[in-house]
Amino acid sequence: MPQDRVDEMALEEATTPTLPQLGAVGALRWVWRQLTSMRVALMLLMLLAVVAVPGSVLPQRPQDPADVATYLADNPGLGVWLDRLGLFDVYASVWFSAVYLLLFVSLIGCIVPRIALHGRALRARPPRAPRRFDRFGVRDQAVVEAPATEVVAVATRALAGPLRALPRFRVDTGLEDSGALTLSAERGYLRESGNIVFHLALVGLLVAIATGQMLHYRGQAIVVEGRGFANAVTDYDTFVGGTAFAPGSLVPFTVGLDRFTAEFTAEARPVDFAAEVTVREPGGQARPAVIRVNHPLSVGGVKVYLQGNGYAPDVVVRDAAGEVAFAGAVPFLPQDAVYTSRGVIKVPDVSTGDQIGIVGFLLPTAVVTPAGAASVHPQPDAPLLVLTVWRGDLGLDTGVPQNVYELDVTGMEQVVGADGTPTTIVVEPGQTVDLPGGLGTLTWQGTPRFVALDLRHDPALGAILGFALAVLAGLTVSLFTPRRRIWLRLTENDGRTVVDSAALARGDDLGLAGELERVMDAIRARPGEDRSGDGPR
Amino acid sequence: MDLGDLSTVLVVGATTAYAIGFVAFAIDLAHLADRVGRPAARRVHDASVAAASVVGGARAAGGARAAGGDILVEAPADVVPRRKAVGIAMATTTLGLAFHGVGLLLRGLAAGRVPWANMYEFTAVGTFVAVATFLVLTRWRDVRFLGTIVVGLVVVALGLALTVFYVAAEGVQPALQSYWLVIHVFIATTATGLLTVSFAASALQLLKDSREQGMARSARPDADADAARPSRLAGPRWRALDALPAPRELEALSFRITAVGFVLWTFTVMAGAIWAEHAWGRYWGWDPKEVWSFVVWVVYAAYLHARTTAGWSGRRAAWFVLVGYATVIANFTLVNLFFSGLHAYSGL
Repeated sequence: MPQDRVDEMALEEATTPTLPQLGAVGALRWVWRQLTSMRVALMLLMLLAVVAVPGSVLPQRPQDPADVATYLADNPGLGVWLDRLGLFDVYASVWFSAVYLLLFVSLIGCIVPRIALHGRALRARPPRAPRRFDRFGVRDQAVVEAPATEVVAVATRALAGPLRALPRFRVDTGLEDSGALTLSAERGYLRESGNIVFHLALVGLLVAIATGQMLHYRGQAIVVEGRGFANAVTDYDTFVGGTAFAPGSLVPFTVGLDRFTAEFTAEARPVDFAAEVTVREPGGQARPAVIRVNHPLSVGGVKVYLQGNGYAPDVVVRDAAGEVAFAGAVPFLPQDAVYTSRGVIKVPDVSTGDQIGIVGFLLPTAVVTPAGAASVHPQPDAPLLVLTVWRGDLGLDTGVPQNVYELDVTGMEQVVGADGTPTTIVVEPGQTVDLPGGLGTLTWQGTPRFVALDLRHDPALGAILGFALAVLAGLTVSLFTPRRRIWLRLTENDGRTVVDSAALARGDDLGLAGELERVMDAIRARPGEDRSGDGPR
Repeated sequence: MDLGDLSTVLVVGATTAYAIGFVAFAIDLAHLADRVGRPAARRVHDASVAAASVVGGARAAGGARAAGGDILVEAPADVVPRRKAVGIAMATTTLGLAFHGVGLLLRGLAAGRVPWANMYEFTAVGTFVAVATFLVLTRWRDVRFLGTIVVGLVVVALGLALTVFYVAAEGVQPALQSYWLVIHVFIATTATGLLTVSFAASALQLLKDSREQGMARSARPDADADAARPSRLAGPRWRALDALPAPRELEALSFRITAVGFVLWTFTVMAGAIWAEHAWGRYWGWDPKEVWSFVVWVVYAAYLHARTTAGWSGRRAAWFVLVGYATVIANFTLVNLFFSGLHAYSGL
């Protein structure tokens, strides 16, 4: 259907082949025309697909800073250049932002005139009946006894459908010079409406996401069984807030971890994790709750996610003088599926001698072989601590913040045995062992579990979901609403009415013939019908 | 033999049936081409209508519906002698689908969950959807010519699934214990199945179009200029393409399926974002799977725009479908197997 094609293409601004009279305004207008043309939008879309790919190939700083550091260390020459080009943070890079912002500018420039156009189309009448119907592929003829005016009424009812507010077809009647009555009907205005909703909802989605980014905050906290934390910036292990985030907006609730249970199969495949917590909101009663993977806890406008778990051996370290220098649960971070966990115990507050740093592994179900000890299952069936000891200056007094899970060994030396190899101590639960080098003793009192909680507040989530649903609805309506036109021409002949009809659809439309058939059947169903004119052409 | 093993046996059986179906479809296509090549065999009532829809199409279906008072006359597709090979192909493919369906059902029962939680199962469900879509389409239009490509792709995919991706049936880890597994993954897999069919249609559209153009070129009187580099597609080796509908009809078919696939993919991405919000505490984090799902979406969005852009509809738009399908496959294979990310559910 050539003219329908043209309709669709009228959306695209024709770019003038000859250059316009160059002036600043003319040049700007030319750029704007280019930018809002479908062809440029198409190229920007393809470009967006291409520039998104590097972020899946190279490690990204926001997701995995450690991987980026490793990559930079492994590729010193290339890495620096990739970094300068922003390839380790693709989705915040200038070029990625430029592409999608240009695309959205193009989208707005394209869609705004279309809204005006569509507004006019909604008020316009269906196009008049063409002079000749024989150029249409789908057409029909019927001869009925009813007068033309009655046929028009029947056809209008059949075309408009039962809903007055949302007619199936918009119908208009006309009178030709020859005296023939015509009826023009068009449906499918929702197609363009859906299209506009889709594009506007995409803009809304982008705005909502950006707003959320500005107002959101998220923090991580590691909580050991029996302990808790409060929703305050200082209580988080890490905390990130958006540019418009105000720390005063935090609701001061507390979450205490009562118990954490983990279930695994015999093959160490996790089956279920559940953190039983007690939540206290300001001015509210304490209430119990369970946080599971996929089932975050909602409290004070924040969602609390269970992101990780592990063991935090509860140890007491006495120094050489026998004084308690350290007591507490130390989270050991799991390194693999069987929870071989690594941790550091820093003991700065010794009453005498060097500060102590203890590094090592917790093996939940340890199997000791001559080759060494290894964990075979994540449950604590036969836990073992395998540790080495460092002495010297922990460097905690320098004022430089330290990673609690790493030992800075610059000012320390490892305690070694007579043969010069590091001395390893192996501890079982409940045991007290001597630290090598006469540094004191270590007692393993118990093995509480810890959970890594992720807290997130994003006030834009509802808006994002709303716009996303609008995108989906608009898209569906715009893709699956058929655009059809039906014309009838009624000529009275010998007291009978000859009804000629033709139907036209945009593009390939399987339901077109059926639609015309439905209308013609309604016309033929009048009393005194005559099927003589009925049949294929 | 437990349910899981029985399921595998059935899937192997389905693959075998599809393989036979594939061969029969290919033979049918070759025979069709022979018949098209012999004008005498082209016995249809009305030559002009037949030219418009050799193997059926939009009008044929419309005509069939209005069987009482035909609005349009249709050239019955099977006026030409019975196509024995395609009958065998359809029968074995249908049988394969039945095996396949029961196999998936038993797999779900054996694992105690929906049977789409690792790469083997994604492939098994995706191919099931592709074959089912194809068979449903054949009831609606005669698109049996798509069988060679669709069933061929399915045989390759199932073969890979059984040999490379296979894992025994078992439960899923906590991150997957969500009703979103049922919704998000099923819709994603269904979309992949649909996009496989539209890929087949667009690929055939391009081949057919190239052949028509190549033949038109060599038919021109000044053909000697082109004779220096004759189009291979215009040669007799590719005459099977003559049996296919016109490129424009293939384009329309591909568009319809792609449109459904695109809507489902949009839903997949959104449902994925909602699930990510529940499970990982963020709706979008540019995980490799998210990146590639985004790329897939953008490429198919570009296709929809290309169709309505002057100078980009037809052949050029069809290339977008090919590129889009390549990104779908990359998203499924490269991302699952080689990129580290949160969607590490291949089970391998």
